[in-house]
Amino acid sequence: MLDSLKKIKIDAMEELDRVKDLNEVEEIRIKYLGKKGVLTQLLRGMGKLSEEERPAVGKLANEVRDFLEKQIETSRIEIRNREKEKKLARERIDVTLPGKKILLGKKHPLTQVLDEIKEIFIGMGFSIAEGPEIETDEYNFERLNLPKDHPAREMQDTFFITDNILLRTQTSPVQAHVMDEMVPNLPIRIIAPGRVFRRDDDSTHSPMFHQVEGLLVDENVTFADLKGTLFAFVRQMFGKGVQFRLRPSYFPFTEPSAEVDISCIICGGKGCRTCSHSGWLEILGSGLVHPKVLEMSGYDSNKVSGYAFGMGVERITMLKYGIDDIRVFFENDARFLAQF
Amino acid sequence: MLVSYQWLKDYVDIDMDPQELADKLTMVGLEVSSVTRLGPNMEGVLVGYVEHVDPHPNSDRLSLCRVDIGKGEPLNIVCGAPNVAAGQKVPVAMIGTCLPNGQKIEKAVIRKVESHGMICSGDEMGLDAALLPKDQQEGIMVLPEDSVVGDSVEKTLNLDDTVFEIDLTPNRADCMSIRNIAREVGAIAGLKLKPLDLDFEESTDALTKDMISVEIKDPDLCGRYVARVVTGVTIGPSPAWLQNRLRAVGVRPISNIVDVTNFVMMEMGQPLHAFDYRFLEEKTIVVRRAGEGEKIITLDGQERQLDENTLVIADGKRPVAIAGIMGGENSEIMEDTTTVLIESANFNMVNIRRSSKRLGLRSESSMRFEKGVNIEGAREAADRAAKLMANLGGGRVASGVVDNYPRKWTPVKIELNVKKVNNLLDLNLSEEKIVDLLGSIDLKSDSIGHDTLLVTVPPFRLDIEREIDLVEEVARLYGYEKIPLTIPEGDVGQQKMTWEQVLERKCKEILTGCGLTEVISFSFLNPKSFDKMGLPEDHSMRKGVEISNPLSEEHSVMRTSLIPNLLEIAQRNVSRKVLDLSIFEFGRVFHPGEETGEPIESPVLSGLVMGSMFGGWKWGKEEFDFFFLKGVLEELMDRLNIKDTKWEPCSFPGLHPGRSARLIRGDKILGVLGEVHPDVLENYELSSKACIFELDFTVLAALGSQEKQYTVLQRFPSAERDLAIIVSEDIAAAELEEVIINAGGDILAECRLFDVYRGKQIPENKKSLAYSLIYRSPERTLTDEEINEKHEEIKQKLFTEFGAELR
Repeated sequence: MLDSLKKIKIDAMEELDRVKDLNEVEEIRIKYLGKKGVLTQLLRGMGKLSEEERPAVGKLANEVRDFLEKQIETSRIEIRNREKEKKLARERIDVTLPGKKILLGKKHPLTQVLDEIKEIFIGMGFSIAEGPEIETDEYNFERLNLPKDHPAREMQDTFFITDNILLRTQTSPVQAHVMDEMVPNLPIRIIAPGRVFRRDDDSTHSPMFHQVEGLLVDENVTFADLKGTLFAFVRQMFGKGVQFRLRPSYFPFTEPSAEVDISCIICGGKGCRTCSHSGWLEILGSGLVHPKVLEMSGYDSNKVSGYAFGMGVERITMLKYGIDDIRVFFENDARFLAQF
Repeated sequence: MLVSYQWLKDYVDIDMDPQELADKLTMVGLEVSSVTRLGPNMEGVLVGYVEHVDPHPNSDRLSLCRVDIGKGEPLNIVCGAPNVAAGQKVPVAMIGTCLPNGQKIEKAVIRKVESHGMICSGDEMGLDAALLPKDQQEGIMVLPEDSVVGDSVEKTLNLDDTVFEIDLTPNRADCMSIRNIAREVGAIAGLKLKPLDLDFEESTDALTKDMISVEIKDPDLCGRYVARVVTGVTIGPSPAWLQNRLRAVGVRPISNIVDVTNFVMMEMGQPLHAFDYRFLEEKTIVVRRAGEGEKIITLDGQERQLDENTLVIADGKRPVAIAGIMGGENSEIMEDTTTVLIESANFNMVNIRRSSKRLGLRSESSMRFEKGVNIEGAREAADRAAKLMANLGGGRVASGVVDNYPRKWTPVKIELNVKKVNNLLDLNLSEEKIVDLLGSIDLKSDSIGHDTLLVTVPPFRLDIEREIDLVEEVARLYGYEKIPLTIPEGDVGQQKMTWEQVLERKCKEILTGCGLTEVISFSFLNPKSFDKMGLPEDHSMRKGVEISNPLSEEHSVMRTSLIPNLLEIAQRNVSRKVLDLSIFEFGRVFHPGEETGEPIESPVLSGLVMGSMFGGWKWGKEEFDFFFLKGVLEELMDRLNIKDTKWEPCSFPGLHPGRSARLIRGDKILGVLGEVHPDVLENYELSSKACIFELDFTVLAALGSQEKQYTVLQRFPSAERDLAIIVSEDIAAAELEEVIINAGGDILAECRLFDVYRGKQIPENKKSLAYSLIYRSPERTLTDEEINEKHEEIKQKLFTEFGAELR
C-alpha cells in the first residue's frame, strides 16, 4: 500500500508536469482526488489493513493528498500566470505610434504678453481701466497738455474721422477719463491697455498697435515711487538680472519725464543690432503727471501728485520673442500663432 | 541735430572722451543716438597744388597735371576729371596709399604716359559727396584756398572730428544751437561757457539806418527784425575751418557769405538771411502778410503761391523772402554781390509751422522758428554774422543797426520751493545745491525766504514756464540715477477686474480650450469687403465710421463686424497653403451714432473655422463644420451659465441661407452662426467650406454669470431606454426634443440624440432619429413598470404630435 501511495504521488507529479491548461489540471485532480479518484479509491481500501499498518499508511495517504492538492493549486496558478502573460504579449502595441492630436487653441502672443503685464500690475494694486478707441481731440491731445499747434503734436501722425474726432494715438487719454470720473477721490491706481492708431506702416510701425498706460494719483507720490514701481515691473517682466535706467525725456503730459531703458536682453548689454550697439533698449515712457493735467481734471496740483507711464505691447513682445517685423502680428498666419 | 565735438570745444574747454560725453549728454536728456568719426583715416593723401594742366597727348578726356606736393619735384599725374584746373588745391593720393574705398595707388602708365599718384574725388576719400559743391560731386574735390600744400588732407579737412547725432525732444528747441548744447556740456563737466567774440569795427562812412528802413506791419507775426549791412564784400569760397565746421554738421558750404549765415544759425540757433542789397527796391524791408495771388520763386527754384496767411519779407515792391522759411531768387547772393543785408528776425512759431506745412517747404530756418527762437539773441546773431562776413569777405560793416523790436521780451521769473523739489524727487538737496545746479545752465536764482527761490529764466529757454519745469531741470542735472527707488505708499484699495474684463478673459480661455486660436486684426476694414460679403446696398453693416485720411482704401472704414477681417485672414492663410483654420477674435466694432453723431463702440466676439481637424492615424479627420462651431458656442453658453438659449434658422447676408442660425434667449439676440455662402467663399478664394459666428459681447455680459450652485449628487439608480423614430424631414430636432422632455416630466433625467439617419429603409423625405432616454428619480428607485409606462407615453406623444413611427 505504501508503495502504491508513493507511485500515485510520482504518477500524479509526472502528469502535472505535462499539463497545458486548466482543464487538464482539473482532469488530474478528478483522476486522483475526485470521489472516484485513484487516491480516494485506495483510501477506501484502508479498512482491510491491519491495526499496525493503518497509522503509517494513513499518515502517508494524508501526506500524499495534501501534497497533491498543493501541487494542483500551484499548477493552476502557474498556468493562470502563463496564460495572463500570453494575453499581455498578444496585446502589445507599438508605443512609438503618435498619440491623438488634441486641438487646443492659443491666445495671440500680444494677448499673452498683455496678460502677463496685467498680472504684474494687478499684483501691485492696480485696476484695469478702458477708454474709447475713437477719441476727441480734447481727450487725445488737449487734456494731455497738447493744445492745438503744440509742436509735440507732430510726434504722432493721426487718423482723423472729423476735425475733432480721431483714432486715439495713445492710451494716455484714459488718464483724463479716469481722473474725471474719480475726482476728488484718491487714490487712482490704474493701468489701461488698448489699441492705438498712427498713420505709419513699415516693418517697425503698424497703423494699429497696443499700448498699456499706467496712472497713479495720490498724495505725496514721488519720482522715486515711479522708479520703484517700474523697477519692480521690469524685474518681473524681464528677469532679475536685467539692468534698468531712467533717462530724461519729454512728454507734454508728464514732468519730469523719463524714458525707461533696460539692458539689452539679446546681448546682455554688450551691444548688438537690436540695441543699435548701445547696450540699452527703450521700453517705456514715463514721468510725474504734469500739474496742468491734474488741474484740468479738477485736482489741486499743490496737494496731489501722480505718476504715469506708457509702454508698447508689440515692442515688448518683439523683444521677448525675437520678432523683427511688427506686421507679422496682424497677418495672423496660423503657423505664426501656433508658435506661442 | 548733428553736433561736432571740436565745434563744442570752441565754446567750452572740455577734455572728455567723446563717447563718455555722449553717454552723459544722453543722461541729461539730450539723447545721443550715434557717435561717429567725421571721416576715415587717410594717410598718404596730401594737399597738392596744381601748377599747370596740359591735355593728354593720347586722349581727349584725360589731362596731364603737374602737382606740387610741398616736397621734392612736382609730380606728373594723369587726371580724368573735367573740373581739374591750374591754381587749385587738390587732394593727392601718393603712390603706396590705400584709399578708404580699398583702392591701392600704384605708379601707372595711362595711355603711354606715366602717372605718379591720383587726384581724388570726395567719393574716393569716403566723404559724403552731397556736402560738396555740385561740380565737385562728379569730379575731383577742390580744397579750400587756405589749405597748406603738403599737409595731410585728414588734417586739412579736420576729419578726426567726432560727430554726435542728437535726437532732440520737442521742448529743447534751444539745443538746435551748438552753443546752447555746449552750455549743457559745460554743466556736465562743471565748466563755464567761453564768451563769444563779438568785437568788430564799424565803418564810419556808412550808416545802416540811412541804407535801409524796416517796417513790421504784422507785429503779432514778427516780434523783432534786426538788419545789418556789410559793404564791399567779395564773394568766394570759405576758408577751410568754416567749410569743415559746416560739413561736420551736414551743411554744404556754398560761399563765404551764405556759409556765415548757416554757421551763425548752427552756432546760435538764430536763422539768418542774407539779401543782395542792390536788388532791394526802395531800400525798404516790409514785413507783412502776402497779398492774394502774390507769388515768389524761392531759392530752390520753385514758384510758390502765397496767401494772406503767409508772412513775407518784402522790399518796396514785391516779396523777397517767405519769412522764416526761405529766401527768394530775386534777392539772392550772387557771385558779384558786394553789399549784403543781414536779416536776423523773430517770427511767430505757429504761423511759421502752418505756412511751412501749407507750402510743403521745410528748411533749417523754419524748423527752428516753428519751435521757438530766442528773441533776445537776434541782435547778437546779426553782429556775429556781420563780423564774420566782414572778415571773410573783406568787407566793412555799416555803422549801427536797425532793430525793430515791437514785442519786447519780458523776463520770466518763477518761484521754486525747495521742499517741493525734495518732496517730488524724494531727495534732500540743500538750497545752495539747487542754486548751483540751475546756475550751471544759466538759470539764476535768488533766495526770497521760506525755502523759496526766485528763478530767472533766460530768454533761450522758452520751454520753462512754471515750477514743475524747474523741478525737472534740477532732477536731470542732479541725475535721475541718484533718485532712490521706493514703492508707493497709501491705500491700495480693493482691486477687482470688472465683470466684462473677467468675461473677456474667460471667453478667450473657453474658446482656446475648444480649439480656437486667437487672432488680432486691424480695427479698420476695406469697404470692398461689403461687396465681397454680398451685403445689400442699404445693409446696416455698410454704415461705417469713415477715416478722413486713411493710409489706403484697404484701411479706410472702421469695422462694423469682425467677419470680413476673419475672412481675409482665412484667405491669406489659404494663399500660404494653410488650409485648416479655427480662429476667433475679440474686439470692438464701430457704428456712427444716430442721435449724437458720435461713433458708438461695441465689443463683439467672432470666430471662423475652415477645413478640418486631424486627430491622428487612428482618429482621422474631423470636419470643421456648422455643428463643430455650434458645439463650441453651446460649451461657451454652458460655461457662462447662459441657459434656455434657442437656435432659430435665419437668413443673414453672406451666409448659406439654409445653414445659418440666430442664437437667442428670450427677446435678446446673442449672435449669429452659419456656414459662409458659396459666393462669398469664391470672393475670398476659399476652396473649402467655412463657418463663422459673431456674438454681441454686451449681451453676453448681460446674460452670463459666474455664479455656481452645488447640486446634491443623485443616489438612486438610473435606467436607460432607447427610442428610434421616423419623422418627416421638416420636423426640427428641437421640436421633438421639447415634446420628449415635456412628456418625460420629473423622471426623465436626460435625453440624448445619438443618431440621425437617412437612406436605406427610410422613406423619401423622412429621417430617423435615435434617442437614448435616461430615467431617474431623485427620491427613489424607479420600477420597470413606471419606466415602461413613461417611455410608452413619450412614444405616443411623438406619434400623435408629429406622426412619428417607430423605426
